[in-house]
Amino acid sequence: MPDRKLRILVAKPGLDGHDRGAKIIARALRDAGMEVIYTGLHQTPEMIVNAAVQEDVDAIGLSIMSGAHMTLFPAVIDLLRASKAGDIEVFGGGIIPDDDIPRLKELGVSEIFTPGSSTQDIVQWIRQHIQPRA
Amino acid sequence: MPPTRRSPKKLRLAKSPRTARAPKGAPRKPAPRRAQTKRPALRTYDLATVRQVASAKKAWEQTEVAKSAARAPDRRPEFTTDSGVPLPLVFTPADRAREDARDLGLPGQFPYTRGVQPTMYRGRLWTMRMFAGFGSPADTNKRFKYLMAHGTTGLSTAFDMPALMGYDADHSMSRGEVGKEGVAVSTLRDFEILFDGIPLDQVTTSMTINASAIVALCMYIAVAEKQGVPMERLGGTIQNDMLKEYIAQKEWIVPPRPAVRIVVDMIDFCSRHMPRWHAVSISGYHIREAGATAVQELAFTLADGIGYVEECVKRGMAVDDFAGRLSFFWDVHNDFFEEIAKFRAARRIWARVMRDRFGARDPRSWQLRTHAQTAGVSLTAQQPYNNVVRTALQALAAVLGGTQSLHTNSLDETYALPTEESVTLALRTQQLIAHESGVDRVVDPLGGSYYVEALTDEMEKRALEYMRRIDEMGGIIRAVEEGYPQKEIGESAYRYQREVEQGDRLIVGVNAFQSERHEPVQTLKIDERVTEEQVERIRQVKAERNAAAVTAALAKVEAACRGTENLMPPVLEAVKAYATLGEISDVFRKVWGQYREGGIF
Repeated sequence: MPDRKLRILVAKPGLDGHDRGAKIIARALRDAGMEVIYTGLHQTPEMIVNAAVQEDVDAIGLSIMSGAHMTLFPAVIDLLRASKAGDIEVFGGGIIPDDDIPRLKELGVSEIFTPGSSTQDIVQWIRQHIQPRA
Repeated sequence: MPPTRRSPKKLRLAKSPRTARAPKGAPRKPAPRRAQTKRPALRTYDLATVRQVASAKKAWEQTEVAKSAARAPDRRPEFTTDSGVPLPLVFTPADRAREDARDLGLPGQFPYTRGVQPTMYRGRLWTMRMFAGFGSPADTNKRFKYLMAHGTTGLSTAFDMPALMGYDADHSMSRGEVGKEGVAVSTLRDFEILFDGIPLDQVTTSMTINASAIVALCMYIAVAEKQGVPMERLGGTIQNDMLKEYIAQKEWIVPPRPAVRIVVDMIDFCSRHMPRWHAVSISGYHIREAGATAVQELAFTLADGIGYVEECVKRGMAVDDFAGRLSFFWDVHNDFFEEIAKFRAARRIWARVMRDRFGARDPRSWQLRTHAQTAGVSLTAQQPYNNVVRTALQALAAVLGGTQSLHTNSLDETYALPTEESVTLALRTQQLIAHESGVDRVVDPLGGSYYVEALTDEMEKRALEYMRRIDEMGGIIRAVEEGYPQKEIGESAYRYQREVEQGDRLIVGVNAFQSERHEPVQTLKIDERVTEEQVERIRQVKAERNAAAVTAALAKVEAACRGTENLMPPVLEAVKAYATLGEISDVFRKVWGQYREGGIF
C-alpha cells in the first residue's frame, strides 16, 4: 500500500488549446484523492519534463488533441530518460487513432485513453498501475 | 415590410423599421427610443382562452395524467433541457398568457425572432460551408476543388496550430504539428498555392483564424490582388474573435487588450475597404465545445459581441458603419428544441441590444446573421456511424433555428480529420435536409409552438441575467481577465462529465447500448513530408525575397503597434514583401509580450 498520495502531472503539450479534457481529468484525479499538478497550456516537452522532475511526480498524463501525438509522446519519454527519470510513467489521451496506439505503447507510453473513456476508468487504471516512486 | 393597418383583431406588429439600408451620408439622428413597454400589450392569446385552457389543464392533470402516471411513473424525477431549464409535461396557451406577438415579429422584421430574411430558405438556401484544411496548401487546394465539384457553396479554411499560434513551420514550437489540424501556411507563397485556380471574386471564403487573423486576411487580399481581384470585391468571413480565445479555444499570441485592438483595427479597415467582408465572426462554437451550456454559449457570445461594439464605438466609429458586417457562429448540440430556441433568442437579444443600447438605426445592424456547426464534442469514438445520425439531427435544428450557413461534422472526427468519403456524407446530410425533408418550404416552421416560444423566452431571460452580471463586472474584457466565463464553463464541463459517468445522461454506444463489435473507420493520415516541404518552402522564400524590404516593412508594423495607426496597411505591406506569419507575430510578441494562462483547473 502506498503510504503517500500519488502525484500526477497533467500536461498539455504542443499548441492546441483544447483543455476541456485535461481539466476534467485533473479535477477527477484530485477528487479521487491524488495530488495533481496541471501545467497549463502550450507546454514544450522540455517544460513538461522539468515540471515532472521538479514536482517529483509518479506519472505524467498528456492530453493531445492536435494530431501531434506521434511526435510529442516520444519527445517527453526520451527527455525523461535523459533526465534519469525514466521511471515516471507516461499515459495520455485525446484524439488518437487506434492504429497509432500500438506504436505509442512500443515507444514506452503506458496507456492511451481514447474519447469516451470515463474518468473512473482512468482513476482505476492509475490506482492499479502507478506506484509512488521511491 | 410595414404591416397593413386593418382589423384590430389581426396581429398588428410593432411598427416595422425600414428594411432598406440607411443611405450613406444621411444625417445621423440618435435612434428613436421605442417606448415598447408603454405600448399596450399585443397578446397572442386572449385572457378568456388562457383561463379556459388553464382550468381544463388542471382537470386533465387530476384525472388522465394522474391515472397514466400511476400506471407508468415518469422515467426521471425531473425533466429539464440540457441547460437545466425545468420542463412541464406539456405547454399550453396557459403558459403563454403573456406572449406578445411583437416579441416574435414577422420574418425579416424586428426583433427577428423568426429569422433575418423575410423569405428565408425560399429565396436562398443556407450556405453549405464545409470546413476544410489539412496538410500542405496543395493538399487543401485539392480538397477545396473536390468540395466545390460536389456542391459546397462556400469555402472554409482550417489552419494548422502553428499558423493559429503565430509560428512558422520551421519554429521549434511547431514540432509535430505542421499541417496536422489544418493547412500549413507561413508565407504569401503558401496562400498562392492554397487558392490556386479558385477565382476569388466568385467564391466566398471563410477563414478560421484568430490570433494571427490579420496576417491571414492580408495574405488573402494579396493573393486576390495577384488574381486581379480588388479587396472591395472579396466576400467572406474571418473568424477573428479573440475574446472567445481567452474564454474557450485558448489560441493566442498577446494579452486580451492588444488582441482586441487588432480586431478593432480590422473591423475598421474592412468597414472602409471591404464592403463584402465579415471582419469578425463572434463565436459561441468553441465556448460550447469547451463545456458551456446553451445558455452560457448564448450569453458569453453575445457579451463578446457587445465588447467589440463598445470598443469600436470608443474608437469613434459610427455603429451603423460596421455593425451590419458583424456575424455570429453557433454550435448546435443535441437538445433539439433548446438549440432552436437558442438561435431565436440570440436574434431577439441582439436586435434589441443594437437598437436600444447602441442606438443603431440601420436594420442590418440589428440582424444577427449566423453560421452554425454541429457539435464536434457530441461525437463518439464508439459506434462512429451513430455520428451521422447525431449530426443530421443537429443540422436539422440549425436549419429550423434559421441559420444562414452550416457545417456538418463527419463521422470520423473523434479519430482524425475527416476523409473525403466522410466529408461527402456530411455534406450530403445537409443536401438531404435542404432538398428532401421539406423543412425549407415555410419560414420558421416552429414559430408559435408553445414549447419553442416558451423556451425562446427562457433562454433569453437566462442569457440576459448572465449578460447583466458581466456588465456589472465592468464588461466582458474585464470578466475574461478575471476568468469568470472560463470558470463557469469549467464547472459546466465537469458537471456534464459526471452526469455521463453516473448514467444520468445516456450517450448511445458509450454508457448505454454498447456493443462489443469494433467498427473500424478509415482515418486520414497526414504525410510527415508536409513539414519538410513547408520548411523548405520557407527557406526558398527567404532566400528569394528582398530582405531590406522585409526589415523595413516589419519596422512599420512595429511602429503601428506602438502607436495608434491602423495595423492593416503595414501588415499588408509586410506580407506582400513575403514577411512570414511568424515574423509578423514576433513583432506582436515583442511589443506586447506573449500571453500565458496559469494552470488552474
